[in-house]
Amino acid sequence: MAGNSVRSMRTPLARVRGLGSAKDGVHHWWAQRLTAIALVPLTLWFVVSVAGMAGMDHAEAAAWVGSPAVTVLLVLLVAATFWHAQLGVQVVIEDYVHGEGCKLAALIAVKFAAVLLAVATIVAVLRLAFGG
Amino acid sequence: MSVDRRPLSPHLQVYKPQLTSVLSISHRITGVALAVGTLLLAWWLIAAAAGPDAFAVVQGFLGSWLGYLILFGFSYALMYHLCNGIRHLFWDAGYGFELETVYKSGWATVIASAALTVIAWAIAIVSA
Repeated sequence: MAGNSVRSMRTPLARVRGLGSAKDGVHHWWAQRLTAIALVPLTLWFVVSVAGMAGMDHAEAAAWVGSPAVTVLLVLLVAATFWHAQLGVQVVIEDYVHGEGCKLAALIAVKFAAVLLAVATIVAVLRLAFGG
Repeated sequence: MSVDRRPLSPHLQVYKPQLTSVLSISHRITGVALAVGTLLLAWWLIAAAAGPDAFAVVQGFLGSWLGYLILFGFSYALMYHLCNGIRHLFWDAGYGFELETVYKSGWATVIASAALTVIAWAIAIVSA
């Protein structure tokens, strides 16, 4: 332990917190994996469901979205999808956009767009569920 | 001490494309494409909530040749990103790093994503 403290410039407190230079630790990594695992069954369910109703009219679609189990799964699908997508696009922006101003603007735009679309889509699902 | 003389890796212009590198960049490309594709999911559900007229516009667009082209690309990108994502989760857990395993799981991803796409469209064609 004494040898370690000589070699490392990090304080013991910084090391035990484990948050790194971005002050975020593994939160981004963990959230991306957690949503990925959730999206495997949700995506397969959604694709099979909409494929099985190909060419549906509005009444059929509204009835399907509004049925209780489907409403719950769709809200989860939309939330996990947009959360996962903005985490992934964030990494791509951080890798390829090098100007600090452009990078910051792009990150803010993507995060705001993801939240806006997620909320709008979830509200749409809930309106069909509760007949608003 | 010139920093800009440092070797860069890999030199994409002269580097031979391999299954591993092609699948890796494909994961990122499909990820970005799917992020754009979420607009379609949002449009579809918001239109359904807005009413029959708005919903008919979306369904009309999806039923056009451009709509089918987008849906086909969307479905393959989704299945590819899903299968390769599972491959990534195994790597995250510390499994499958041997060169032979990496290639096996790579080909499995290619075959499984194609098969899942065909299955999804077969279900759609039978149901329509």
